[in-house]
Amino acid sequence: MNEHYQHTGTTAVRLTGIGKRFPGVIANHDVNLNVRAGTIHAIVGENGAGKSTLMKTLYGMQQPDTGTIEVGGTERHFRSPSEAIDAGIGMVHQHFMLADNLSVLENIILGSEPARRGVINAGDARRRIGDIVASLGAELNLDDPVSELGVGERQRVEIVKVLYRGARVLILDEPTAVLVPEEVDELFDTLRRLVDDGATVIFISHKLDEVLHVSDDITVMRQGTTVAETTPSQVDRAGLAELMVGSELPSPAGRVTAIGEEVRLRVHDLVVPGVEGRPAVEHASFEIRAGEILGVAGVEGNGQFELCTALLGLRAATGEVVIDGHDISHASTRSRHEAGLAYIPFDRHREGLMLNAPLWENALLGREDNPELSKGPLVDIAAARASTVGIIERFGVLTPDETTPAFALSGGNQQKLVVGRAMVSEPSVLVAAHPTRGIDVGAQAAVWDEIRRARDNGMAVLLVSADLEELIGLSDRIAVMFDGRITAMLDPDTTTPAELGGHMTGSHQEAAR
Amino acid sequence: MSDGRPSGPLGKILTPSRASAMRSSGTTIASSLAAIAIALTICAVLLAATGKNPIDAYSTILETGASGNKLLEMMRRATPLIFSATAVAIGFKMNIFNIGVEGQYLFAALIAAEVGSHLSLPGLLHVAVILLVAMVAGAAWASIAAVLKVSKNVHEVISTIMLNYIALSVIQWLFENFFRDDSDGGLNVKTTLLPYSGKMPDIVSGRLNAMFVVALVTVAIFWVVVYRSRFGFRLRASGFNATAAATAGIDARRMTVIAMLLSGAVAGLVAMQSVTGEAFAYGPNATPIQFGFAGITVALLGRNHPAGIVVAALLFGFLDSTSAELQLAAVPNSIVKVMQAIIVLTVVIINEATIRRMNIKTAERARAELAAGGAQ
Repeated sequence: MNEHYQHTGTTAVRLTGIGKRFPGVIANHDVNLNVRAGTIHAIVGENGAGKSTLMKTLYGMQQPDTGTIEVGGTERHFRSPSEAIDAGIGMVHQHFMLADNLSVLENIILGSEPARRGVINAGDARRRIGDIVASLGAELNLDDPVSELGVGERQRVEIVKVLYRGARVLILDEPTAVLVPEEVDELFDTLRRLVDDGATVIFISHKLDEVLHVSDDITVMRQGTTVAETTPSQVDRAGLAELMVGSELPSPAGRVTAIGEEVRLRVHDLVVPGVEGRPAVEHASFEIRAGEILGVAGVEGNGQFELCTALLGLRAATGEVVIDGHDISHASTRSRHEAGLAYIPFDRHREGLMLNAPLWENALLGREDNPELSKGPLVDIAAARASTVGIIERFGVLTPDETTPAFALSGGNQQKLVVGRAMVSEPSVLVAAHPTRGIDVGAQAAVWDEIRRARDNGMAVLLVSADLEELIGLSDRIAVMFDGRITAMLDPDTTTPAELGGHMTGSHQEAAR
Repeated sequence: MSDGRPSGPLGKILTPSRASAMRSSGTTIASSLAAIAIALTICAVLLAATGKNPIDAYSTILETGASGNKLLEMMRRATPLIFSATAVAIGFKMNIFNIGVEGQYLFAALIAAEVGSHLSLPGLLHVAVILLVAMVAGAAWASIAAVLKVSKNVHEVISTIMLNYIALSVIQWLFENFFRDDSDGGLNVKTTLLPYSGKMPDIVSGRLNAMFVVALVTVAIFWVVVYRSRFGFRLRASGFNATAAATAGIDARRMTVIAMLLSGAVAGLVAMQSVTGEAFAYGPNATPIQFGFAGITVALLGRNHPAGIVVAALLFGFLDSTSAELQLAAVPNSIVKVMQAIIVLTVVIINEATIRRMNIKTAERARAELAAGGAQ
């Protein structure tokens, strides 16, 4: 039944003249998309370019005002995602929708359980899922509880789930945002196998290198419409970025100021207890001077999160933490903030934002004791809102206004608000975990500029990042964390990808000692 | 700008929509009214099913409700509900469920009545001291649950429910062994009567005392503290996202203790209308019970908002005040309770649905405005 997908050249999905208006505004207009069957088709664009609106339309979550949707040559009108699923379209969401306490098998069949007289018949499902997993060249133990899986494995479960429901066209919404480099490679292998088997992948991203690496075709969206179709052979990174933002990429500026003499952050022999008696961070010692950026490289889960939260006083730890000569080793989190420590958290939803609260309240969080934003025991609402407008303008948060609730913003704009909140108080030490994760290239450059400028004014930065371009472009030194220890201190000017990768995966560990 | 700040399509507020807050509260009020209308319809069917004429019943309610005395009765009955709902709402603001208002206010009533009866102070000061003692006693009883939560991680729902039973036993023991006053020899045993200086002044003689005003002032203070103060911001932030609040340096344990103590203090005032204005004492048959649980319902109906709590309490007070006339019209008292329950259920369900719809619309509107703004 899927023979028309079997070879490239035929069209799997064609969107023609799609337009979508919301009261008073236009979210999509004149969107044309032509996805060849059996290809990986990337859709790139900045935050707010209309990618999500378009994918919601294709997945039946909303109906277009104008234009047509064709799947496999037949015109379709999806009124709900289940109709899209019936037509063979599946969506892998950025935030996984899995039940932690169920097994892999149970999660996959959840919602379409094969039942015989009301009793789940797991045997058939197990065979079919086994075939799907094997065809992806992956390994999954179907009886493992999902709670024990890593992020990459969870994503694979989502993909298998979508395939199990019969999807032949898979939409992946920024699938690599949550993955570490090896997992990204595994994902791309999986996607390759999928298209080799005749499936079609629509891949939404703004990581240009990945798009150029993995996709067959690229459609660029800007300001609500499709502006270009291209292929990796026709365009390079700079050209693609230019199509996306409509201008040349800002070039990373080298530093002009010298690193200061005074030590702003001194960490000595920090030990953070972990689970099962093994420390999460072992004897970490480092200093960051005024105007210096210390990068922290490492595969996620090697103690970076524990290091940062211990510095914030959110986690019990032993050892010494000194900011500007003040020993804050035993201080409360609030006192540490007041001593000049600011934090851009790993997970903006969990640690950073009150999603149902307006932006100005989000921007006030942690700053409510600031005399400029309060009147005695009361919050100075006018001042807090004005300050938020300042953050919105300076950090390029795209929002209707400062009273909009945080959940209404795209992830990148939420991130910009979180970054702005941390930077606006002009901290002496900034702990920045993935400061530009999930945000588009234009905004990324703006955030980098802000960090550089604060650094030039004497701020010390601990920069945890998985983005090597960010680490190498910003850091004065790069510490590599492996298994809870700082195993290497590298010079970003001279280090090579091989050296960095070796330390991150632990293979250089002996040499570093 | 030369300093590299973003300009142009980055970083501007595209379409200021100052009316959005008004729009959302307008929707909330409209959906609440719609819910009450639906609830009345369901009750009408219920009345018809039990063989009563719903039009007669409703017109009885309206006729009796229109009289001035009934409106005073409504305010009188609403007073304890306002206190108990406010006590519950304080906890709800940081996702603490104080189910123990019942025990807290009864304990406070006993202690305040007993202490008040031994004092001799000038008029209003005497009353104020009694209220203060009640607040301290309510907070003291609530502090047990607070300490259990922050030191032993005992969930407050469990501890406050259990403490309700313990409170009843403790009160009975204290009353029977120490505070009971049999001097008037009647069956209606109470603590020693308050001296005249301990009497809450009436607003309308014999119909409504000044506790109603204290309730409105309490709600006003609740609004200022929760929505305007730095403390209230921290309280709500902990409720919105406890992890983010902790990351921002808000001490969750400290907030838990303070919120629980404030909740208990307000709970302590629930029975003061009776103690200082009607019975002038605590007594097992004189002091009203069950207001702690009714307060949870009223807080839910009023969506934990000060204005909503007052309106919901007045609505419940009104329905309670008409129950006597309904009985005269051969409508059983229980139908009023059923109506209250149906109103709460429909309001909660419809509000929840409205909020979801509004959230989706807000998100879509924001995205759409940006898409359009970016294209300009």
